[in-house]
Amino acid sequence: MMQIKVVFFASFKEVLGVSEIQQALEEGACINDLCKCLSDRGEQWQDIFDTPSRTVKVACNQQMAEISTVLQNGDEVAFFPPVTGG
Amino acid sequence: MPKNNKIIISDQALDLIALNEQIQTNQGESGASVIFVGNVRVSEEEQGLTGMTLEHYPGMTESLLQEILDQAMDRWGINQVVVAHRIGHLLPGEPIVFVGTCGLHRKESFEAAEFIMDYLKNRATFWKKEHYLVDGATKNLWVESKQSDLDSLERW
Repeated sequence: MMQIKVVFFASFKEVLGVSEIQQALEEGACINDLCKCLSDRGEQWQDIFDTPSRTVKVACNQQMAEISTVLQNGDEVAFFPPVTGG
Repeated sequence: MPKNNKIIISDQALDLIALNEQIQTNQGESGASVIFVGNVRVSEEEQGLTGMTLEHYPGMTESLLQEILDQAMDRWGINQVVVAHRIGHLLPGEPIVFVGTCGLHRKESFEAAEFIMDYLKNRATFWKKEHYLVDGATKNLWVESKQSDLDSLERW
């Protein structure tokens, strides 16, 4: 099994009530597999991760990533809404 | 010519005088410096706005901004850029972002500053939450991204 650090920002952090979790995943899993696991954690989680819309942005090790990105043990995956700085 | 760039992310009020001084004193051979400051808007549209809170993704924000600055400096031959961005709690009218560019001519400096702002707004991992006081009750709203901001990237 791999251990993935998952972090949430802005409205996602607020809705889920947590800023960071550790998630165990099978070797070779991708971000889509991670979304499936997260979706099983409860209703709020399902709303965001069941079929992630275009407004769910994802980064892996602080680089923008795709749903198909394959994960490695120890990766940091971040989920956040579209950015609104400036 | 030596190239300088500086990225500041701070939960303290931006010192516009110090930031401006930094741009003016390290201009080198550049003939044109441009400064942009974005503030928390105080207008009809934002009636009842009491402030906003900004959060960011530490580490990722800095590296994304660095990429944007590197691109702007290469493309327009800019020799100095300073970008400062607030996080934490801000009041109406307070500066959120400062961008200063120094280039050989004004066109390059203006365009580089606009490019940096357009990309910062669409790529840099900051999020704004607005606080309103409506009929005595506090309302907090996460700001949504705008299509017009996304469209602004097309010209680059």
